[in-house]
Amino acid sequence: MANFLVWVVWFGAAFGCLVSALAVVSFSNPFYSALALIGNLASLAVLYLLLGGEFVAAGQVLVYGGAVMVMFLFVIAYLGDRTDESPWSGGPTWQVLGAVLAGGAILAEVIVVVGLKAGNLLEQPKHISRSFGTPEALGRLFLTDHLLAFEITSIVLLVAAVGGVVLGAHARASLESDARA
Amino acid sequence: MHGPDIQWYVILSAILFTTGALGVMLRRNPLIILLSVEIMLNAANLLLIAFSRLHGREDGQIFAISVMAVAASEVVVGLGLIVAMGRRNVELDVDKLRTLRG
Repeated sequence: MANFLVWVVWFGAAFGCLVSALAVVSFSNPFYSALALIGNLASLAVLYLLLGGEFVAAGQVLVYGGAVMVMFLFVIAYLGDRTDESPWSGGPTWQVLGAVLAGGAILAEVIVVVGLKAGNLLEQPKHISRSFGTPEALGRLFLTDHLLAFEITSIVLLVAAVGGVVLGAHARASLESDARA
Repeated sequence: MHGPDIQWYVILSAILFTTGALGVMLRRNPLIILLSVEIMLNAANLLLIAFSRLHGREDGQIFAISVMAVAASEVVVGLGLIVAMGRRNVELDVDKLRTLRG
């Protein structure tokens, strides 16, 4: 029974991944594309949960689905898509239905996977320990075996933050000099 | 038998990666190109995590988290460029950005 559920969840999440990835690539309005990418990231998080990567799944939803995508949506809203139509004005009912269905499917998948895990129904191969993928195990690895990767990642993030500030300031300065000229 | 084997994940990841690559090559809106790059990075992440489970070691997950940090940095710089384009009222079309072309 648990095996069957795992397959159902896997196919649901994989289907969600593929459909939302196709949607990202094919929508003409970048706002819809960004929303579809959130669905893609959520489906991938379900797959990560199935693979025992609880911490990565949580990070995926928080960092990717939350922070990065909100930044994307802010930029898309800031630039405007140069059409009068707002993303929520009307639209065919199949769009609303599809969105609600996809959201409900992801919710159901997460609940099933978390339930299976809590009920200890997910079979573990012998060589995988109980603590596989927990924040504790990952944190230990980050601060022992992969300390260099950890430090380099922090420097990459710092450089990216500085780069973002410089790009913004530069664009504003060149705009002002254009306005003066 | 405990859920899908590794080849299922390899196939899924390959299809996802191809979809993202198609988006990068076919679309001209830089925003959608960035989103497609995210899909490609996530396909790689899925494979990293699947193989990390296959081998029973968490190093793959560590790598996946590092990839997520790099992806976040890439989005910051990419969106900074796109906002700079938007401020100068350049049309958002990568084919029209040809100032640097020799």
